[in-house]
Order: sequence, then C-alpha cells, then structure tokens
Amino acid sequence: MTKNRKRSNAPVFWLLFGAGGMLAALTGPMLIFITGIAIPLGLLFPEDTMSYPKMLGFAQNFFGKGFIFVIIALFLWHSVHRIFHSLHEFGIPAGPTSKLVCYGTALAGTLVSAFVLFRMGF
Amino acid sequence: MSDPGKIIEIEVLRYNPENDEAPHSTVYKVPFTDDMSVLQGVQYIKDNFDGSLTFRWSCRMAICGSCGMMINGVPKLSCETFLRDYYPNRISLEALAHFPIEKDLVVDWSGFMEKLESVHPYIIPKEKRSPEEGEYLQTPEQFGEYIRYAACINCTLCYSACPQFGLDPDFIGPGALAILHRYNMDSRDGGATRRMELVASEEGVFTCSAAAYCSEVCPKHVDPANAVNINKINASKDYFLRFLRPKGES
Repeated sequence: MTKNRKRSNAPVFWLLFGAGGMLAALTGPMLIFITGIAIPLGLLFPEDTMSYPKMLGFAQNFFGKGFIFVIIALFLWHSVHRIFHSLHEFGIPAGPTSKLVCYGTALAGTLVSAFVLFRMGF
Repeated sequence: MSDPGKIIEIEVLRYNPENDEAPHSTVYKVPFTDDMSVLQGVQYIKDNFDGSLTFRWSCRMAICGSCGMMINGVPKLSCETFLRDYYPNRISLEALAHFPIEKDLVVDWSGFMEKLESVHPYIIPKEKRSPEEGEYLQTPEQFGEYIRYAACINCTLCYSACPQFGLDPDFIGPGALAILHRYNMDSRDGGATRRMELVASEEGVFTCSAAAYCSEVCPKHVDPANAVNINKINASKDYFLRFLRPKGES
C-alpha cells in the first residue's frame, strides 16, 4: 500500500478527553453532591463551608488553585469532545467549523480560568 | 418434535441493479421446522419461490464468514440464527449495513479487502532466520497475547455495527484494526512500526468513538473495540514520543 496517509492530530484531543473523563468519573458525582445538594440543603457540612472567604482562600491556595483549574479545564475538554462526536446525531456535520467551535470553547474556558485564577493571587 | 405446519413470514430487501431504481421489500411465507436457520430460510425461498434471490453462503457453521446479513436490523451470521427464535413474528432481512449493495443480500466488499491488505496482515519477522536456525518458539503466554484476535473470520458484521464506518467509509474499521493488532501482538512479529502510519493516520483508530457495538456483534468474540482502543494509546504514545526516537526506518 503506497497511499500517502496524513497523521491525525487527534491524540492531543483524545488524551485531554481521556484525562477529563477519568477525572470526571472519579470526582464528578462527589462534586455534584457536595456543591449541588449537600451544601445548599445544609447536610453533613458546616454552614459556611462554601462561604465566600473560605472559597477565596481555597482559590488562593496553590493546590486549591490547581484543583479548580484542572477540574474546569479537563471537564471542558472532555465534554466538548463528546459533544463534537455526537453532533451528527443532531444533523450537524462534524466539519472544521464545528470542530473549531467545540474545541475553541474548551480552549477559551481553559485560558479564562487560568487567567482568573492567576489574577486572584496566592 | 417440531410442528411441520409452521409458517414464518420473511421480508427480504431485494435489489437488482439492472432493473431496480431502489431496493424494495418482498415478503415470502416460508414453512419451517425448529432446526432451520435463517440461511436455510432464504435457501428455501431461492429453491421454491424465486431462483433469482442472491446471497452469499458456504460453510453453514459460522466459520466461513460469508452469510452475514441484517436480521431485524442486527448484523448476524444467518447460518447460526434460527427462524424459531423470531416466530411467530415476521423476520426482516437486508444486506449488511454501510456497504454498497451489489445484488439483494450481497454487498460489495472490495473496500474492506483493500483495508485488510493495508494492515500488513502477516508476520513481518523481527529478524531474518534461515531454516537451519530452526523454528520460532513461542510460550503459551505469548500465544495468549494474540490468539483471540486471530479468531476473526472477516465476516464484516463489525463494519455493519460501526456507526463511524457508516459515517466515514474511509475508516479502516474494527475488523481490519483487530487483525492489525493480532500481528502487532505476536512475539514473532516486528512490523508494529510499519503499521503505525496507518494506525495513527486520519483513517486510523481515532475515527472510532468507542461505541463498542462491533465487539457485541462479533460472532467469534474477537473484541475489535478493545484492539482499537489499545491502539489509540499506542498511537498517542507514538505521537508524542516520536520526537525522542532516532530518525530512520527500523
């Protein structure tokens, strides 16, 4: 076979997708439970667990910052990859435009969260 | 035993490219016994109702991989699918999905044959050996690494199951990639580098969206989905590590 084949650049997106999927599976349900159910309903945790000063402190801590960044960025890369590959189910062709919109959203989200977290200081 | 009076309705998607503009369905009322396969049902139609009905078959025992068709929308080998499991409902038969129909239940496999060739489906020896040096030895563990992928009978049911092949006919596809993996995993083989160009290409493993329906329909339990996904990891490693390797063909 002498066909000239172009190397796919998919590994970049696929690895980000895979990392996000792993992280989502490990932390997603727990995060939804804590931030979406337990804290608003006042279950299990002290009332001020997610108060502004505490969350600001968390976001200014080096590891807290890293956690927030990784959760936002990798979850985004994971979800846009899934959305991109489901587009044809909705009759949208998976062309360069939809690719740009999907992965562009994740890139923008990554850059914005990095910028905001960095500006918050340490 | 079986009741000789039972009759099942078989709806067959007919297409004769010489006369028909589009495929159309014809229903046949076929008397059957409990031991009759779907293949025997279409053979009954050909022998008794319409000799022009066209379909592929050979071994009748799920080893030749010729008689695949869509049975009630599911890709199956018609020789190991039984009419009794569908009775008293009507059973619908169509040519394998995602392939161009040649005639009736026969599809054009030339695209698949090209893909099969492109994976170098043979052992490319790691080092050349003369007959005097003796045979290549392999431990049971080394044999176990590839044997499940060697069970493929090229029936292409996995291609009919694959939503991505349905969207993009250039995708190398589950079957050929499973066979590629079979040779990569063989301890006697040294061709993985040569096969990587195809694996990592735009027609390669990354077209797969991991629906894994291919593995579900495989009559030989080859698990092509697993083979494809292992090669996504291999291709990703190759993508980033290729800059660290010395240049030149191995």
